[in-house]
Order: sequence, then structure tokens, then C-alpha cells
Amino acid sequence: MATLARLQARSKFVAQQYYFRNSVVDIFRKKEYDAAVKIQSWFRGCQVRAHIRNLHRVATIIQKWWRSYSGRQEYQLIVKFASCAMKMNLYNAMAVRIQRRWRGYRIRKYCFNYFYLKEYLKAVSETNDAIREALEEFAEMKEREEKKADLEREEKKRDYQARKTHYLLSTKQIPGIYNSPFRKDPDPWELRLQKAKPLTYQRSKVKQKRCISLSSWLACTSARSFPRSEILPPIDRKQCQGPFRDITEVLEQRYKPLEPTLWVAEPISELKVAREEFRRQEWMRDVNDNMFLPFSSYHKNKKYTPLMHSSSKYGPNSYGSQHFRDENPKKWICDKG
Amino acid sequence: MSQRQVLQVFEQYQKARTQFVQMVAELATRPQNIETLQNAGVMSLLRPLLLDVVPTIQQTAALALGRLANYNDDLAEAVVKGDILPQLVYSLAEQNRFYKKAAAFVLRAVGKHSPQLAQAIVDCGALDTLVICLEDFDPGVKEAAAWALGYIARHNAELSQAVVDAGAVPLLVLCIQEPEIALKRIAASALSDISKHSPELAQTVVDAGAIAHLAQMILNPDSKLKRQVLSVLSQIAKHSVDLAEMVVEAEIFPVVLTCLKDKDEYVKKNASTLIREIAKHTPELSQLIVNAGGVAAVIDCIGSCKGNIRLPGIMMLGYVAAHSENLAMAVIISKGVPQLSVCLSEEPEDHIKAAAAWALGQIGRHTPEHARAVAVTNTLPVLLSLYMSTESSEDLQVKSKKAIKSILQKCTYLPALEPFLYDAPPNILKHVVGQFSKVLPHDSKARRLFVTSGGLKKVQEIKAEPGSLLQEYINSINNCYPEEIVRYYSPGYSDTLLQRVDSYQPLTH
Repeated sequence: MATLARLQARSKFVAQQYYFRNSVVDIFRKKEYDAAVKIQSWFRGCQVRAHIRNLHRVATIIQKWWRSYSGRQEYQLIVKFASCAMKMNLYNAMAVRIQRRWRGYRIRKYCFNYFYLKEYLKAVSETNDAIREALEEFAEMKEREEKKADLEREEKKRDYQARKTHYLLSTKQIPGIYNSPFRKDPDPWELRLQKAKPLTYQRSKVKQKRCISLSSWLACTSARSFPRSEILPPIDRKQCQGPFRDITEVLEQRYKPLEPTLWVAEPISELKVAREEFRRQEWMRDVNDNMFLPFSSYHKNKKYTPLMHSSSKYGPNSYGSQHFRDENPKKWICDKG
Repeated sequence: MSQRQVLQVFEQYQKARTQFVQMVAELATRPQNIETLQNAGVMSLLRPLLLDVVPTIQQTAALALGRLANYNDDLAEAVVKGDILPQLVYSLAEQNRFYKKAAAFVLRAVGKHSPQLAQAIVDCGALDTLVICLEDFDPGVKEAAAWALGYIARHNAELSQAVVDAGAVPLLVLCIQEPEIALKRIAASALSDISKHSPELAQTVVDAGAIAHLAQMILNPDSKLKRQVLSVLSQIAKHSVDLAEMVVEAEIFPVVLTCLKDKDEYVKKNASTLIREIAKHTPELSQLIVNAGGVAAVIDCIGSCKGNIRLPGIMMLGYVAAHSENLAMAVIISKGVPQLSVCLSEEPEDHIKAAAAWALGQIGRHTPEHARAVAVTNTLPVLLSLYMSTESSEDLQVKSKKAIKSILQKCTYLPALEPFLYDAPPNILKHVVGQFSKVLPHDSKARRLFVTSGGLKKVQEIKAEPGSLLQEYINSINNCYPEEIVRYYSPGYSDTLLQRVDSYQPLTH
């Protein structure tokens, strides 16, 4: 019971103390609570921050790896395209080189060759010079011939004149008009008259027609053959003295005409010649030499020969001459091929 | 009366008839008598004499009729109206060769005047008898018949077709091969008259095998024959490419070139006509002629003759140059351009000048090289003066304008262009300035020359509407020079300078 009393006596103090201590503590409790809260919040903050930092670190790592991965992909694409482009450029450049050479070669060889043109023009001018020379020569020759013909005509006229007026020739008794005694030399006409043969009365103009017959064949061969003349020898030739044969017999024998055998008389190709002659007659009668062709396109068999300068092993372009439309067989719906 | 006295009357009558008809025939040779004869009614008197018993009177009457009809077409019509032709045709078939010659002469004389008279001859069936006469032995008869056929066929294509249908062409080709020169001439002239109208007729002549014989006859020394032969060949070749190729295949080149050196003017003319007709069809034929040296021969021929004889040669050069630039270059190196410019300046006739202008235009229009070759010979001022002159015919003006334009569009030879700045009309000036604007930006020496020769000054003086092509050209020329120089040469610059002098206040210190 003492304790109880002591406790009861102290209870108020305890109560007070209790209240006082609680209230004091209360004052500090808030402070401490706040401090604890602060510490805890700070600590939690640090924790969270550390966590977030970690998260950041991890996210950075992930992002880094992802970015590097996608960057590498892009880079590979770029490299791929760049290398493709470089290769294409290279191919293009090489193709251009080839095409350049080929085009130059083709134009020069098949379409237009400058040096060939120059050569051609040179050849043309040389031909022109040659033709000009030849024509000059020809003209000169013609002139010379004409002059010669003129001179000859003049000469013939003068000769004829002299022969007609031969009676003006001077005789021993009477000097002619061209041979005046007061002149030193006779006139040149006088000399011409001396040389001229007087015209015979009634000169008959016998024009001998050159007929190619077997009898006259003998007349135009060499001197070794018998001489044959159309004109008979003069009738009143005096009989030569001596043991000569009768002149008529001799002349008969000498001028005996050729009597060829039948085999010689006809040429060996008589039949062929006759056939030719017949064919020629028929040909002469024909208006049109071509055989009659029943269909109108039989004569259209001329193959077109293109110019040598524009055709080649590589041939002319078939588009524009053989076909005029572009054909894509792959696009055809039904099989028209 | 006794028999002799009776017969004497007849003899007198016959003598009178003979004398009358011979006198008339002789009088008809002189033109001044013909009027009188016509008024005296000679036609009606001669007509019964054609039926006379005595052959000499018939022949002389026919001869007299022919001479009268030959003179003018009224008399020829009178012959036709007087129904003389059927009688002539009938007796043509029967009589001797003198009568045939005289009758064919009458037919020729009537048929030559007009197509209607020739048609009248065809209508009375004369063609068949004339063709029969072509088969006669006597060359004089053949000549007269061929002459008549030629004159009939000359007028138009229907008459030629009628002559061909009568079967004359093979016989004419035979006549060409005869030895007599006169017959050859007339037959060739008849073939030429037949083949000139249409390609079918020319083809008929070719089918009869005429070309080979004609090609051989080019070498004949007789000049009148050569004229006719060359005329036939050119009439055949002018129609189409095939015919021209056939003529060429007969190997006339280079023999034809010797004909260009002949003394006779008309042989030269016909030879150059033939070459022209061949050259005008395709470039290949022109090339063939160039390769054979034909261009040089034609140029020499042009140089050696005057007047209308030159015209086919000039046209031939134009045709050859028109085909392609290589051929034009071939004409240039054969020294064709100086010859053509000589023709242009010295010929008095306008149509020849027009042809020369056209040919020069064809040569110069291809590339700057060609234009330079033409411009160097100083032909452009001549062409300009022909274009501007009021005396030139319209054709000449048109052709010279076209030639100037086509040459100027390619000409880069500036010394020849400069005179044009001064005296050209506006439509040509535009082209000249255009050419300058093309050349000057690239050539520094030319720029210097342009300034020193006064061209820049002239260009500044040209008035052009802003926005027109001429203004653009002037601007591009001005852009080639520094601004001060352009201002220096602009008109009125000295005035502006003096104005500045007037308005300048010297600095007072």
C-alpha cells in the first residue's frame, strides 16, 4: 500500500510530469517528427534519385545501343547506295567510253567520213581537170581537122580551076597571061597550070558501089591474088611482036572469075546465119522486146540495191522501213505470234 | 479534022496545064506572091489538077499546094476545107515516089500550123498511109513521111498518141538506122516530138529500142543530127527516173561531154539540156554526172557561150547543188561559183539572171562553208542590187531575195556581210544583224574588226522596235562590248559630251 500511496502521491506529479513530458516531447515530437520526416524524405529522395539515375543510365544504355544499331543500319544503307552509285557511275563512264568510240567509228565509217569526203572532192577535181584537158584536146583536134578539110577543099577547087583553064598555059610561041615576059618569075598559077592535067571531054562520074559479094572479095585481097578490074582493057591495043598467045585468050585466062566449089561458096555457118537473120527480122517487127507476162507483178522483180555508202554489215535500221510500230510481244494478250 | 489536029488540041491543053502548074509552084516560093495567088483563087484551080491524068502535073500541083499551105494557116485551112486531103491520102497509097514526096509535103505543111488542122489530117486517115510511106524504099519518101508525122505529133499528146497507135515508132527507129543523114535527122526530130509529151509515149519510144541507136549517133560528126539526137534523149530522160536511168545506161557519159565542146551553139544547148534533165531527178544520177566530170564540162560550156544557150547549163548546176551538200561542194570546187556570178552580172535577160540567182542560192544554202564560197566572190551585193532594182522582173526579184536569204542564214564570213549593214532593206537587215550576233560573241578578232570598220556605229544607228527580233540581236551584239564603247558609238554621244562640258562647274579652291 505504500507504493500505492506513493504512486498516488506521485500520480499527480506523474500526471503532470507525464503531461509535461508529453507536451515537452510534443514540442520536440513535431520537431523530431519533422526532422525524421525530412531525413526520411531526403533519404527517400536520394533513393528515388538513385533509382531514377539508374533508370536513366539503363535507358541511356538501351538507347545508345539502339541508336548505334539503327545508325549502323542507315550507314550500311548509305554505303550500299553509295557503292551502287559508284559502280553505276563507273559502268556508265566505261559505257560512255565504249559508245563514244563506237559512235565515232560508225559515223566515220558508215555515215560520214570527213577524210573520204576530202578524198572524193580531190578526186572530183582531178577528174574535172582531166576532162577539161581531154575536151580541150578534142576541140583542138576538131579545129585542126576542120582547117585541114578547108585547106584540102581549097586545094581541090584550085586544082579543078587549073584543069579547066589549062588552055591558058603558055606555049613556046605565045607566053600565056600568067607568064608575062616582063616578070622575073612566072606566076605560081602558071606552074599550077603546067602541072594540071586537062579535063577530058564528058567525064562520066562512075561511082562504084562497094558490094560485099564473093566476086569482089578477090579484088580487095593482097597483091598476090589475081588482079581483077571492073574496067575492060582498051580494044585497039596493037598486037605485040613475037610468039605470044592470042591476047583475048590471055586476058580471058587472066581475068577469069572465081568459080568456087559449092562447099566454098556457102559459108560454113550458113544455117546459123540464116537463123540469126530470121530472128533479127522478127525482132525488128516486134514493138516490145519483153516477153508477155500474164500477171502485172511479174516484172516487179527488181531487187532494190541500196547505196553502198549507207548499207553495211550492221544493216539499215528496220524500224521505219520494215515495221512502223513498236511491238511488245510480252504485252500481247493472246498469242498472235 | 485529021487525027493529028485533034491530038494537037489536047497537047496544047496539056502544055498549058503543065506550064500553069509549074509557074504557080515557082511563084509560091516567094512570099509576096502568095497573097495575090490566094486572091486569084488558086486553090480551087489546083484542086482538079491533082486528079490530072499526067503524073507530072499531079506532082507539081501537089508541090504548089504544099508551098502555099506552108506559108500561113489560112491557106492550110483552105486546103482542108476544100476536101483536098482525102484525095491526097488516097493517091498517096498508089502513086510513084515523087508524088508521095509532094503529097507528104502538103500534109506536113497543113499539119504544122495548129492542132485542129493536124487533127483534120488524122481524121481523114492520113496516118496509116504516112506510116506505109515510112516503109518505102526511097529515102526521100521516108524523109517526107517522117517529117509530116513529126509535125503532126508536135502539137499535143493526143495527136502523138494517134501517131504512135498508127505504128510509126518502130519504123522511125528503123529510119534512124538508115545511112542517109537527112533521113536520120528528120526521124530523130519526129521521135523527139513524139516523146516530149508524156512518160507513156517516151516509154513507147524506148521500148522500140531507140536509145541504143541514138546513143551511137551522138558520135556522128554532123551537127544538125547531133542536135536532134540530143533533143530526143533529153525529151525521153525528162519524164521520170527510170527513163533517165535507161538513157544513162546507154553509156552516153562521157561521150556527151564532147558535144559540149561542139562549134554549133544548139548542139551545146541540147547537150546541156540533156545533162540537166538527167541530173534533176535524183542525187544518185547527179553523183554519176559529177563523177564523170560533167560539172566541169558544163561550167566550161557556160563560159564559152552567151544568152539563152547558157540557160540549161546554169539550171543544171542549180539542180546538182540542190540535192545535197556534198554535191554542192563538188560544184564549188569545180569553180562553178565565179562562172555563175559572171553570168549573173553580165547577162542582159532577166530570166537567165533569175536562173543564175536561183543556182547560187542552191549552192550557198547548205553550210557556212558553202555560203562563204559564194560570198567570197562578191555576188551578194549584185544579188542585193537585183532585188532592190525596180527594173527587175518579179520573178527575178523573188529568186534573188530567196537566194540572199538562204545564203545569209548560213553566212559567217563577216567581210561580205558588212556592206549589207549599210544598204540593205529592213527584212534583210534583220538576217544580217542576226548573223553578226551569232558570230561576234565567239571571235575576238572579228569583234575588233567590227568596231574599227564602223559596223558597231552602224548597228547603233539602226532603229528597231523594242521586243522585236532585230532588237534582240542588237542587244546581243551590244553585250559583246564594254558599255563605254557602246555608249561611245551610240548616236548623239558627242552632243551629250558637249552638254556635260556646258554643265560642268570647275572646282574653285
